[in-house]
Amino acid sequence: MTAMAMPRQTLTLAWRSLVQIKHNPAELLDLSIQPIMFVALFTYVFGGAISGSTGDYLTFALPGIIVQNALFASVTTGVGLNSDLTKGVFDRLRSLPIARSAPLAGRILADTAKQAWSIALILGLGVVLGFRVDNGVAGVLGAFALLLVFSLAASWIAVLVGLLASEPEKVQIFAFVVIFPLTFTSNAFVPTETMPGWLQAWVDVNPVTILADATRGLLTGTVSASLIGQSLLWAAAIAAVFAPIAIRTFKRKV
Amino acid sequence: MGISTLSVRRGTVAGMTDTHAILAEGLVKRFGETTALDGVDLAVRRGSVLGLLGPNGAGKTTVVRILATLLRPDAGRATIGGHDVVRDAHEARRLIGLTGQYASVDESLTGTENLILIGRLLGLPRAEARQRAAELLAEFRLSDAASKPAKAYSGGMRRRLDLAASLVGRPQVLYLDEPTTGLDPRSRNEMWDIVRELVGGGVTVLLTTQYLEEADLLADEIVVIDHGRVIATGRPDELKGRVGGQILAVRPKLVSDLPIVESVVARVAGATPEVRDGLVTVPASDSALLPAVVRHLDEAEVQIGELALRGASLDEVFLSLTGHTTEKQEVAA
Repeated sequence: MTAMAMPRQTLTLAWRSLVQIKHNPAELLDLSIQPIMFVALFTYVFGGAISGSTGDYLTFALPGIIVQNALFASVTTGVGLNSDLTKGVFDRLRSLPIARSAPLAGRILADTAKQAWSIALILGLGVVLGFRVDNGVAGVLGAFALLLVFSLAASWIAVLVGLLASEPEKVQIFAFVVIFPLTFTSNAFVPTETMPGWLQAWVDVNPVTILADATRGLLTGTVSASLIGQSLLWAAAIAAVFAPIAIRTFKRKV
Repeated sequence: MGISTLSVRRGTVAGMTDTHAILAEGLVKRFGETTALDGVDLAVRRGSVLGLLGPNGAGKTTVVRILATLLRPDAGRATIGGHDVVRDAHEARRLIGLTGQYASVDESLTGTENLILIGRLLGLPRAEARQRAAELLAEFRLSDAASKPAKAYSGGMRRRLDLAASLVGRPQVLYLDEPTTGLDPRSRNEMWDIVRELVGGGVTVLLTTQYLEEADLLADEIVVIDHGRVIATGRPDELKGRVGGQILAVRPKLVSDLPIVESVVARVAGATPEVRDGLVTVPASDSALLPAVVRHLDEAEVQIGELALRGASLDEVFLSLTGHTTEKQEVAA
């Protein structure tokens, strides 16, 4: 195999994951309609009650919505991988003379592109509805980079679950049971001060809170090197634990 | 069907110059407590068709998965065109095409996209991959459905697309894992024609099947496996001879006619028929037996409820070869 073969095969397989969207309206819904709905509903339904005005709430909650969406989106890697394994597409790919890592790398590359699209969509819609970015292009690019790095790390958990689950629906159930409570027991949508003391203790250490605050800092207000550092540490810790297990499991299957 | 589309590249790959395209020795595979393969040997001559026959759970798919480099054997070795499937897997993969229950196309992509995907992965430039896809879709009468997602295809179309996908790289060795299970008779016949065409083009085929008829029609040699072991090997006519050829079965409409039917069949066939559950069966060595029995029963004014001339079923092959039936068989022929 030539040195260029692996990147080319990875790009081809990433293309495949992206072309799927064209034929699968449900995935388009996940990627686009759902983020739009979350932004609109949270802003206009909860905004007045939580922050007194929809505009103030949008400033507070939009970074939180982006984080929640990014975490949910990271699960698609696991769902897609599981669907390839259970439906036999993976065996077809494995019987071809291609790099062993290309199928996984291609999927992760495509999912990172989908992730970037969702973040851009939510941020764009937020700006239309009155969200103001204080820290310019650099802040936006920083937020993108941080969120993509974090969700890439989180997707290793999804990859592992995707390799172990017996069907794609179970991956989704796992995501729902874990990510839903995790994002709601953070300050993504509601300020910590309004919660009971015992919950505040958890919310303060919840990595979703740290990531949401770091994203808030990058988009609006003061950029906090400490919060960005803590988010990256979390990402590194998640990747350090789950990537080796996932890769070992993957190799056993391959 | 044009030979050019389905033919292999001849003599370009080293190692395919010896007489056997597939060689396997003493393949053993265990899954936990279960021994799926217990020392399987295979030798498939270049350009021939080997039929691997056995009931569900016999180990057919495990053999294919090892030979397709998807599974490592616990013991034994196998080579494809001289390339070891474990140590030299990448080279072995260049020679093979895989079609079966487990190697699927992507359902959410169209026929064209699926074939382009594989062409591109095999290193074809974009235009060439597109052209190869169009060529194969035309060969397999899928041009009209080319831009529909594969999940909208019928069973027969889906099998043809699966097969087309495994032929993009013009493989020299093709694995067909139960290619016609679940297909209607017309699609089955089409699939058989395609396999014959491929063999005519020089492809070596390893075909697994539960249907004796299929192995009989397509295979140059049949290997029967059961419980992970080879229990019989031979040309189809050799095996059929051992099993006993065709069987004539007659069921009278009235149970009271059973003795007459029995005596007529015994007289015409010149053998003692077996009578069970109102059905009279006798080995049918001669093609003239069926019309003769009908004529004699008509003269005796016996009303016939059921009359059939059938080949030995897989159950009968197994019964005669192993002394036990195919208890794990789930899919009825």
